[in-house]
Amino acid sequence: MNKRRQQVLCIGVGNEFRGDDALGLMVARQLATRQIPELVLDEQSGEGAALLQAWSGWDNVIIVDAISSGNAPGTIFRLDAHQQTIPTDFFVYSSHAFSVAEAIEMGRVLGQLPTRLIVYGVEGARFDHGTGVSSVVEAAIPELIARIEAEITGL
Amino acid sequence: MSTKNSTTRTFQVDYLARVEGEGALYVKVKDDRVTDVKLKIFEPPRFFEAFLQGRQYSDAPDITARICGICPIAYQMSSVHAMEDALGVTVDGPLRELRRMIYCGEWIESHVLHVYMLHAPDFLGYQDAIQMAQDHPEVVQNGLKLKKIGNALVTLLGGREIHPINVRVGGFYKTPTKRQLRELTDDLKWARDTALETVRFTAGLPFPDFEQDYEFVALRHPDEYPFNEGRLVSNRGLDIDIKDYNEYFTEVHVSHSTALHSRIKERDAYFVGPLARYNLNYDRLPPLVQEAAREAGIEGSCKNPFKSIIVRSLETLYACDEALRIIDAYEEPEAPFVPIEPHAGVGHGCSEAPRGILYHRYELDDKGDILHAQIVPPTSQNQKTIEDDLWHFVEKAIDLPDDKMLWHCEQAIRNYDPCISCSVHFLKLDIERE
Repeated sequence: MNKRRQQVLCIGVGNEFRGDDALGLMVARQLATRQIPELVLDEQSGEGAALLQAWSGWDNVIIVDAISSGNAPGTIFRLDAHQQTIPTDFFVYSSHAFSVAEAIEMGRVLGQLPTRLIVYGVEGARFDHGTGVSSVVEAAIPELIARIEAEITGL
Repeated sequence: MSTKNSTTRTFQVDYLARVEGEGALYVKVKDDRVTDVKLKIFEPPRFFEAFLQGRQYSDAPDITARICGICPIAYQMSSVHAMEDALGVTVDGPLRELRRMIYCGEWIESHVLHVYMLHAPDFLGYQDAIQMAQDHPEVVQNGLKLKKIGNALVTLLGGREIHPINVRVGGFYKTPTKRQLRELTDDLKWARDTALETVRFTAGLPFPDFEQDYEFVALRHPDEYPFNEGRLVSNRGLDIDIKDYNEYFTEVHVSHSTALHSRIKERDAYFVGPLARYNLNYDRLPPLVQEAAREAGIEGSCKNPFKSIIVRSLETLYACDEALRIIDAYEEPEAPFVPIEPHAGVGHGCSEAPRGILYHRYELDDKGDILHAQIVPPTSQNQKTIEDDLWHFVEKAIDLPDDKMLWHCEQAIRNYDPCISCSVHFLKLDIERE
């Protein structure tokens, strides 16, 4: 557990066959090349129960995911799960989803949130079928990675 | 939602992206009668069918596993069976048993997620599982622990939990030792006990009185409750080899959806999934599961789709029991896979995904490259049946305001556990009243 207190788990969430939804996986794979000693990487599809399991036992967790909120594509978001409720109204209209936002709120109710849980995201432009992210999302990745690196080394 | 600190700008975020499929429901009501129901979904496999063309036969399990984050094993199993059919290879003995076992893991994961996180809140009057967890944390904790044991099975045999990579045409890249399997025994015994409690819990939920005269379609095997193999049968006399799928089933374009509607030729809509498997294969369940079904009041037959939550719980019980049986009898195979010689051929695979039959067909050239791929997922097969259910169910709820109507419609759709990436992700309801 001591080791897990010193390290940061970064979970890239996404689907590489759904356009900009590949963002989280791409960022995780690029972070893997940086050789940051404190960093442990994981990839997830976004299924919520699996996420709860993935961060179980970790104190410091960063999630990277694509965002679809109607803001300008390429916009970088940073959400602190302990400072704000992650919106789950989408859940009510869902027929199947138990995803990132729901996992965070479920973790809060069950007392299973990591001590520090940060969600980084980039607003996507397209989520239809296909490989590769749009140019506007790709352009945001270097800044996103720099911010995540600063977040990790500043802990 | 807004956020503000030293490194943050303030924005409105409506939801985090998980748009793997999206849906809309259109209902038209005239003089308190339903006159039209259209469920609109977008369906991924068409993209993957094209994506597979020109790739090696051996790429199919890894690529198709990425169609669905919830049921990758089903896609892997249907694809490897289809390729082995095309290439004249038979996988039996311990390798066949391990395939059944990885499928047990996927059924546990998928069914438990649906029962506890999505379906139970409907019956208990909660808006979602998060709200339910505030009042019943122990119920949700049990569900999460049960699902975790399903994950452990998939991870051990599949190499990893998300997008498993250890499954290949002919078997596995690496097979587990007896000891590795036995390490799962205690957890699986707990899971079996908890699954039995889940059956009792779900059997006590309040159910609407709603039965329809469905044509159920599922695999049927001479000795087993079906996972990977069997003939395709129905309660109206269908009994065919899976290679004849396209002769008896057809996909119809409908103007309101990019997805195709599956029909039985000469007849109409049909119903696949846990309820179909259960009604057609009750006699293949072990005494433990049959006894639980008796206790739950659905012995032998169940035609109320809302009670699919009980059947999913019974199938979870079966999957735990079957995994324990396989572990107990397991002998390590001599080789992790059967060697493959690529050549030209046509192959068919059909397996029982948690949501119902998943049919794959591939044509290969003499180098084993894929010339043509066909993938028919369970949710597109159920789509017409879901519409028919809504048609009848909405009339019973006709006086309700739109938000309550949406709740009922979602519940009726959720009976089918439509797949996260195979169909509806989020639903917009449009009711036109005249």
